[in-house]
Amino acid sequence: MTSQEINSFALCLTMAIAAGLVGCFAVMRRMTLAADAISHIALPGLGVALVLRINPMLGALTMLLFGAVLIWALETETRIATETITGVVFSVALAVGTLTTSGEQLIEALFGRPGALAVPELIVGVVAAIAVISFILVERNRLVIALVSPEIALTSGINVRRMNLLFLLTFALTVALGLRYLGVLLMGSLIIIPAATARHLARNLTQMLAVSVIVAVTSTMAGTYAAAVFGRQSGPCIVAVAGAIFFLSLLSAGAVKG
Amino acid sequence: MTNALDVQNLAVRFEATEVFHDLSFSVPRGTCLAVIGPNGAGKTVLFKALIGSIPHEGTISWAPGTKLGYVPQKLDIERDLPLTGRDFLRAKAAIVKASDTSIRIALNQVGLDHAMLSTPIGNMSGGRFQRLLVAFALIGNPNVLLLDEPAAGIDEPGQERLNAMIGRLQAEKDVTVLLISHDLSVVYEYATAVLCLSKTHPCFGAPRKVLTPENLRDLYGAASTFHVHDQPGN
Repeated sequence: MTSQEINSFALCLTMAIAAGLVGCFAVMRRMTLAADAISHIALPGLGVALVLRINPMLGALTMLLFGAVLIWALETETRIATETITGVVFSVALAVGTLTTSGEQLIEALFGRPGALAVPELIVGVVAAIAVISFILVERNRLVIALVSPEIALTSGINVRRMNLLFLLTFALTVALGLRYLGVLLMGSLIIIPAATARHLARNLTQMLAVSVIVAVTSTMAGTYAAAVFGRQSGPCIVAVAGAIFFLSLLSAGAVKG
Repeated sequence: MTNALDVQNLAVRFEATEVFHDLSFSVPRGTCLAVIGPNGAGKTVLFKALIGSIPHEGTISWAPGTKLGYVPQKLDIERDLPLTGRDFLRAKAAIVKASDTSIRIALNQVGLDHAMLSTPIGNMSGGRFQRLLVAFALIGNPNVLLLDEPAAGIDEPGQERLNAMIGRLQAEKDVTVLLISHDLSVVYEYATAVLCLSKTHPCFGAPRKVLTPENLRDLYGAASTFHVHDQPGN
């Protein structure tokens, strides 16, 4: 393996672990559709960054974090349902993103692009992924209680508003991690599909986290390999493998009604 | 006797709808306040205001060092959620830095089989899940318990055990209890004071003074009777 390939492998591996862990709580918090929508918020960031000739990833990350805070603020300060808020923010982001990016750039933003990975990009990516992984593992107990009941969480000494904001920011950071290789359209899928698979295979939280990470890592590795063998883009291959594992898992007893 | 809770001029409104206003009461430490009233009177809303989860006007003062344990009325848990009783109780124990022993003690207190620890919470019956919520509230030794119809869905022996446990916690550990209940016999037996929530006939006082047929009729809008049997010492 070349050093470039090792760099890409390291980033993909940490990104997949982060996606698998964050996805579990996103799925349990009924954010399945919101997850896809939030990932599109990166689009206008990419577009504006390209216009200003700065690093597109920086633009995307800024916009994702801003979008997470915006959704959290609207959710906290208004009585509008989260799905409605996310839907509106998503549509506006998609419109602005389409207006500010050209056709080829838009395809790259949506599906990711292959190519050499600079060392600073690798370091920032791996550090961010480790931050996401640490947050989920350290805060899993507070996330579980807030998930079951915000009121119980409050009386257990958990600042639920703060926890919701931190989770949305962690989610946005995870989406940003995958934009380089998977793009806006597919990163949301890598967060949701492994967790959705784990949800009906697992019997407890530890199992769910483990299965989700295994599915995310397996999909990323197998998808990247398949892309290299068949000369295709890695993003769609990764999500196709994750989707195949999900449908295979439906054959398990836990997914059958009754 | 110092107060565990002081409430002054409490009011809650949702946009144009006022749930209650000008509510003032105190709960001395180690006593049991029962909150009663018809459906929609704002009993659960009062608890949510007390724990700070909804906006309100007025003053709510918990005594310094208050540790709350809260059992909500009803929770909609998705049936396929892969969270077991152990995941849920351990999460609380980890946050309040309690040991695994405290989980076993809490389970024993509510009469839950330890096998429940491995059961996904979505698969538990309503009564068992309710007991789990009470066990959750007990971990970390709270000195104030807010119980919103804690016996709802629990079978008769379970209810008796729960009521006995509430009485024991008060007597042995000086725990202050705020209890919402529709079961007036439980209110009569365990409450030190009763708060009736009603837009037209609010009342507050000792059970013997408040739970009169006239008050109950005014409160529930229909003929309600409640028989107090003579007890030794009464």
